[in-house]
Amino acid sequence: MRFERRHIISMKDFTRDEMEYVLDRAAKLEPLARGGRSDLLAGKILALLFYEPSTRTRMSFETAMLRLGGNVLNLGSKEATSIVKGETLADMIRVVSTYSDAIVQRHPSEGSALMAAEFSSVPIINGGDGAGHHPTQTLLDLYTIRKESHLDNLDIAIVGDLKYGRTVHSLTYALSLYGANITLVSPPQLKMPDQIKADLKARGARVRETENLEETLDCIDVLYMTRIQKERFPDPTEYKKVAGAYKITTGHLGNVRDSMIIMHPLPRVYEIDSSVDTSSHARYFEQSFYGVPIRMALLTIVMGVGV
Amino acid sequence: MSAEKELRVRPIRNGTVIDRILAGQAMNVLKILGIKGAYSDVVTMAMNVPSKALGQKDIVKIENRELEEKELDKISLISTGATINIIRDFEVADKYQVELPEIVESMVKCINPNCISNTKEPVTSKFEVKKDPVQLRCIYCENIITENIAEHLL
Repeated sequence: MRFERRHIISMKDFTRDEMEYVLDRAAKLEPLARGGRSDLLAGKILALLFYEPSTRTRMSFETAMLRLGGNVLNLGSKEATSIVKGETLADMIRVVSTYSDAIVQRHPSEGSALMAAEFSSVPIINGGDGAGHHPTQTLLDLYTIRKESHLDNLDIAIVGDLKYGRTVHSLTYALSLYGANITLVSPPQLKMPDQIKADLKARGARVRETENLEETLDCIDVLYMTRIQKERFPDPTEYKKVAGAYKITTGHLGNVRDSMIIMHPLPRVYEIDSSVDTSSHARYFEQSFYGVPIRMALLTIVMGVGV
Repeated sequence: MSAEKELRVRPIRNGTVIDRILAGQAMNVLKILGIKGAYSDVVTMAMNVPSKALGQKDIVKIENRELEEKELDKISLISTGATINIIRDFEVADKYQVELPEIVESMVKCINPNCISNTKEPVTSKFEVKKDPVQLRCIYCENIITENIAEHLL
């Protein structure tokens, strides 16, 4: 598997074998992610360039690097940098890539990670480019599904904003490589774009659409909830109605499969009632933790360090 | 027939005849060639000319000019079947059909305002081209342009 010094920009760059290679490596590193100590990346420096707010992605990359004995350079607030002087991302990348062994970047413009890769002398890992891609989120989602459920013959319902949600587009793409049975649950105004659905079907996924969350709950292995953003709705009353219709409470869990798991990329707002947190189905906090072994795996891979 | 043809399309000594342009696209071809009003040489444009193969077609003739590769690529994006006749001393010196390139760079503006190619960053737009029908997929943000490509030409 040729990953060393490779950029991680989009899930579309991955074959199924390459995804499994990352997941297998994450499984090996998980004990270290749970509090172990290693010097695998001693002497290596990871630069974090976050032009947009991030909690989980930024902190889990930092944790991954620190647990593997490496160091982290943080851009810090934009106000404290030359960004306020009008420096381009391209110049920033040229400079920071001479300071570090890899760069994790989050930037508001679509395509910014690919452009950064053109200017960088070290691997770029895309931590989110506007409404574009967020491949490390997808890999940790796959890891969670494989570990807490199963990837083959999977029945999954994906709920919420399927039109704009970047994590959902990347995840369904990856699942299509496993021939998953995907139910898309959303209000009409937030349906998945036709082109993406056509692509999924062409790659072997079975795709069904519904607006009704409750009717899908008893025949799935994974319920993947996403946040519906208020700003998508010009009318606040309409937002409230929709948000209420796509909210999971313990009352919904009576007839679900015993092994069904509930996932969410977080942060959640109203989509999952806090009473669900203690149920045997909740996995969203574990999912968030799995971001650490996945990012450990990616860092060791792009820095060319064997495990 | 020949008298009618001569009336419509007067022979030129040197220059280029762009034939079999998709009906309605002649004005966009002129725009691609930067011909807007004041222009020193003779330019003839015919629109909706009857055509056996196409039903209707447009034709543009420009005297004393041969086209650059970038201009030909742009024409191919808006009219894939257009043919180029290079005229030298009243004879057809060369004749070929425009060819869709696989990649177009710095020719089309991405329709996504949030695309990195629409910022102050030092990158130019770049699209993968698909045929039948023509589709342009931005390599940066993956947005696809399928309609009114002429409106997005740089």
